[in-house]
Amino acid sequence: MKNYPKYSMYKIIDKTFFSDNVVKMEVEAPRIAKARRAGHFVIVKIGEKGERFPLTIAGADRVKGTITLVVQTVGVSSRKLAALEVGAYITDLVGPLGQATHIENKGTILACGGGVGVAPLLPIVEAYKKAGNRVITVIAARTKDLIILEEQIKEFSDELIVMTDDGSHGKKGLITEGMEAAIAKEKIDEAMIIGPAIMMKFAALTTKKHHIPTLASLNTIMVDGTGMCGACRITVGGKTKFVCVDGPEFDAHQVDFDEMLLRLNGYKDIEKAAERKYLEENN
Amino acid sequence: MEDRESYLKSERAQQWRVDLRNKIKNKERTHLVRVKMNEVDANMRIQSYVEVNSGLSIDQAQNEAKRCLDCVNPTCITGCPVEINIPKFIKRIEQGNFLEAAKVLKETSSLPAVCGRVCPQEKQCEANCFYTQKLKKTPVAIGYLERFAADYERESGQISIPDIKSTNGVKVGCIGSGPAGLTFAGEMAKKGYDVTVFEALHEIGGVLKYGIPEFRLPNHIVDVEIDALKKMGVQFETNFIVGKTASIEDLKEEGFQAFFTGSGAGLPRFMGIPGENYIGILSSNEYLTRINLMHAAEQDTDTPVVSGKNVMVIGGGNTAMDSVRTAKRLGAERAMIVYRRSMDEMPARKEEIHHAQEEGIEFMTRTNPIEYLADDKGRVNRVKVQKMELGEPDGSGRRRPIPIEGDEEIIEVDTVVVSVGVSPNPIVPDSLPELKTTQWGTIEVDKDMLQSSIPEMFAGGDIVRGGATVILAMGDGRKAAQAMHKYLNHK
Repeated sequence: MKNYPKYSMYKIIDKTFFSDNVVKMEVEAPRIAKARRAGHFVIVKIGEKGERFPLTIAGADRVKGTITLVVQTVGVSSRKLAALEVGAYITDLVGPLGQATHIENKGTILACGGGVGVAPLLPIVEAYKKAGNRVITVIAARTKDLIILEEQIKEFSDELIVMTDDGSHGKKGLITEGMEAAIAKEKIDEAMIIGPAIMMKFAALTTKKHHIPTLASLNTIMVDGTGMCGACRITVGGKTKFVCVDGPEFDAHQVDFDEMLLRLNGYKDIEKAAERKYLEENN
Repeated sequence: MEDRESYLKSERAQQWRVDLRNKIKNKERTHLVRVKMNEVDANMRIQSYVEVNSGLSIDQAQNEAKRCLDCVNPTCITGCPVEINIPKFIKRIEQGNFLEAAKVLKETSSLPAVCGRVCPQEKQCEANCFYTQKLKKTPVAIGYLERFAADYERESGQISIPDIKSTNGVKVGCIGSGPAGLTFAGEMAKKGYDVTVFEALHEIGGVLKYGIPEFRLPNHIVDVEIDALKKMGVQFETNFIVGKTASIEDLKEEGFQAFFTGSGAGLPRFMGIPGENYIGILSSNEYLTRINLMHAAEQDTDTPVVSGKNVMVIGGGNTAMDSVRTAKRLGAERAMIVYRRSMDEMPARKEEIHHAQEEGIEFMTRTNPIEYLADDKGRVNRVKVQKMELGEPDGSGRRRPIPIEGDEEIIEVDTVVVSVGVSPNPIVPDSLPELKTTQWGTIEVDKDMLQSSIPEMFAGGDIVRGGATVILAMGDGRKAAQAMHKYLNHK
């Protein structure tokens, strides 16, 4: 019988900056570390008055009882989280949420990750590899400094293609160009894409053109994350789905990415104003 | 039943109650006029989240208590899902012994201040009152008196904790901290069990916190009731989703012997009409959670909320009323209810509809949205609605709405809140494949024991009922506690 601490405290025990805007954190959460599978996410809240927001679990250490989160600072809440130092506590952390990735030996997998999407892609790549798949991974970012976890991804990939918009690392070009190159070389049985919504939209169009079954892991606005509020709803194949309980992975060729892009911008003006105010007060 | 009847009889025969009955003649009592609840003026209250009902004064409460005839056969009790000994607490109020009155409430109800505010008394105890049934007069204001006693006790600072049996060391888990869970936890704690309540959100209280607005049920009142449970030894774990954070198997390994699932409703329903996923169209759960739980309307919180000048709420239940009145408080100039039947069929409490009308809410009845239209940014700006007429009663017993072809209208909106119901939360059933569920996704239970197809799992509230009231959930929590106690004793 394992004894868990009565009241969970989510202590940050390690923190590494990948770039100015992207930080990796290792957080104590023994129950989540034990229960999580590739594809799961958590909901985080910083401070008494913080908002609830989702973050994909990028990895876990069951022995140490920790999970890894990768955060890109895009607003007040992510900045507050990124500003927490080692030894500090995350106020609230709940999970693991969502449906885990369905992992089996499917043959050859094309795993595609854009920007910080590479972080949640890592455990999926690892799981696919361990299930006996051949894994070809394409990772992409605007520039060299924004490519993250390259070494770790490489460890579980049979082949790795790195793309940057400006050509500062890997090949110059968009993720779709790297995908086309891989598809041209061999038969792909399934693709998995994770990244910014706009990138997923075009990556999905690319695999659709080649009739490759494709999953996309969606990161929408959420409040409770347990299926109660419906903030995360999207249209998949003409039906309304909830990313938090039905997802986060869906058939990428059925997802209405244009609607998802609109919905993601639903609070943009308010969020931008809040971020400006936060930066003024904290600089 | 025998036991209960003789218990009620012996309680009624106590000298203090006999004395009270002899003090005033019944005829005199029946001539007294029902008290009116004091309310904050509508124009004032929409400026803030102040509670609409402001309670009874001591004089008002005692005068109202005098109306109660202390019936030989108190039919009111049969209307109460948690079987509060209603005449006993009312007579304590008449006597001026308000703290004792509160104690009586707590014999059977873990959340009296909550019940006194949100129970549909007019359909329960008050509908079964002698005045309603036999005299065709307005019933004793049981709900107001309940609230009075609970508030009096809380404000006195002398909150009583119910008697607790010495601990039996048996660990039981409660999934969800809404009204069903809190009631279950309180009942089990009284019986001496070691109770842990697991809550998915960061705050305890479930729908009482995220769903019901401050102007109807202030959060601090819920907190007082939760504190009382803590004092009774109930333990709470927030940010804990049973079925995700830990499985039932994990918890059994940690020593839990039985569970009660009161995980409530989840999955808001939408109507599946064109444009429903545009920006600015929210479920009532999302809208109310942002405001009530996340305090999005306050300046110093991080959670945003959109709420425009023209807010349309779809639906006619209590949650729809809560949403539309919240919109008014957030500054809506036009806050509208769109409901496909007429006022007569509206499921919300009459009192809440009345309060909404006082606050200037527009009611568009026999109207149904059929399409949402948006600006070039995907933000909803118009709603196409269809006028309806009412046909013969349908399966629900209410007259069926039928579209009047061609009678449509376009209404300008900035925000739409969809409040047409919820489905049961799927997380617990999904995590237990052997748990039997109905075609609606609710947990199947034995009607008397509330026991599921997994013998050590009991369930109640919305996860069983699909969508009901706070008091019915509480009744389930109480019933399940009795059944689980029996089950664990005979195992």
